[in-house]
Amino acid sequence: MKDTIFKLLENKKIAKNTYECTLVGDTSHISASGQFVNLKLDGFYLRRPISVCNVEGDKLTLIYKVVGQGTEQMASMKGGEEILTLTGLGNGYNLEKSGDKPLLVGGGAGVPPMFLLCRKLISEGKKPTVILGFGSKDEVFYENEFKELGASVIVTTVDGSYGVKGFVTDAFCMVEYTYVYTCGPEPMLKAVYNKSTTSGQYSFEERMGCGFGACMGCSCKTKYGNKRICKDGPVLEKEEIIW
Amino acid sequence: MVSLKTNLCGIELDNPLIPASGTFGFGYEFAQIYDINCLGTFSFKGTTKEPRFGNPTPRIAECERGMINSVGLQNPGVDKVIEQELPKLRKCFFKPVMANVSGFSVEDYVYTCERLDKMDNIGWFEVNVSCPNVHGGGMSFGTSPEAAAEVTRAVKAVTTKPVIVKLSPNVTDIVSIAKACEEAGADGISLINTLLGMRIDLKTKKPVVANKMGGFSGPAIKPVALRMVYQVYDAVKIPIVGGGGVSTAEDVIEMMLAGASAVEVGAANLVDPYACKKIIEDLPRVMEKYNITNLKDIIGGAH
Repeated sequence: MKDTIFKLLENKKIAKNTYECTLVGDTSHISASGQFVNLKLDGFYLRRPISVCNVEGDKLTLIYKVVGQGTEQMASMKGGEEILTLTGLGNGYNLEKSGDKPLLVGGGAGVPPMFLLCRKLISEGKKPTVILGFGSKDEVFYENEFKELGASVIVTTVDGSYGVKGFVTDAFCMVEYTYVYTCGPEPMLKAVYNKSTTSGQYSFEERMGCGFGACMGCSCKTKYGNKRICKDGPVLEKEEIIW
Repeated sequence: MVSLKTNLCGIELDNPLIPASGTFGFGYEFAQIYDINCLGTFSFKGTTKEPRFGNPTPRIAECERGMINSVGLQNPGVDKVIEQELPKLRKCFFKPVMANVSGFSVEDYVYTCERLDKMDNIGWFEVNVSCPNVHGGGMSFGTSPEAAAEVTRAVKAVTTKPVIVKLSPNVTDIVSIAKACEEAGADGISLINTLLGMRIDLKTKKPVVANKMGGFSGPAIKPVALRMVYQVYDAVKIPIVGGGGVSTAEDVIEMMLAGASAVEVGAANLVDPYACKKIIEDLPRVMEKYNITNLKDIIGGAH
């Protein structure tokens, strides 16, 4: 964990209510995909936790959805602005159990952490398939970016306006896989949990106070005891999850 | 050279800074990012007789200049605290620590304090009387002078360490409760705990936290805390631990002028994990600015 200042290079809209921002700063404390950073925004008391989409050298890419006042303000930030950022938070994904053909399932704002994970898996010689789930065609992002990494990509939309019609789990029949990595809204995680036939790692979201394990605001019960989503998570093993 | 030293119930503190219970765990998370021995002491996570998961999530809501929490005293219970948490704490913090204790009956407080009193690295008890009394119709111990005094007397009877009673601000007359605790034998008064508050989500049109209400803390509550510390200082002779919205060295000085011998920092730790370290490092500069040589000399200076 490190509290450090990042400089915003670019902040652009890439889909409906969805923004991609590129920051430059000390990324050395980000050790795994699936981790997050906590941003201090002017005028807001608590920081905003955003998952890491990509890290290359001193460049950090975050993708966020405008869902409230904080992210609304973030959307108006301009290149050159400085943001105090607590980095290297959360446990992140463990790559060791992936097998040769891991399945990566991201839903909406749960898509971004799949990107760094996918890059890392491919660099280790794995052959990941990525299912990206969205509500509608205008929300779709990063399909090409995942393809450029060399992954097989399936896009699903709930209304059928793009790709496979339905939920991410409706595309499971098209894939052979050895392990599941997923991030998305809780109903989606639960559907993936029920549909998938292998073990996996599930990244959860919860309203946080501090983001580094001090306040116990984001606790959840697991089969391995109480865990703090921000510190002991956000990634939980399939075997420990209690719905 | 300025002196930051202060004294709390007979124990000397290198400086008045005390991270407040519930914002600092058992210290070791923070010890990974700085040497927490720079602190005066810290008040560890509120400990109860039985293990508690606490309230359902979401438990956090943001406010203007503050936050609401409804964590609900999540802790592993006193036996696990002694077995697992205190050994880890001992490895990173070498000063006497403050044991924050909660209970839902007088017997709960007695059980927990009796066990913790045997731990030699505990310097003080901070008895949180803001919890509901399950045998008293659910009313918080801290809202009645008699109930607060009853807890104080019972804890004093089974402990050897100084007992500081942490009061709830959600009362009509904080002074009468502080006096009742002093008469019952309290060695100090800590105030304020969080103010009961609420936020409502305009999208769902329902309260943000699952528990509907929670404790409001942060810079927004500082004027309320200062007022109560000021009032209680006038009414009691025992030392006061003042807290509520403290985030800067200036806030520490203001709280001591109101009457605090030591100062708790709560919500600020959650926004900036280095908050207490920064305040301690900044104190000499701010003291010089306001011509203060000995921090101890300004306690109650506003009276």
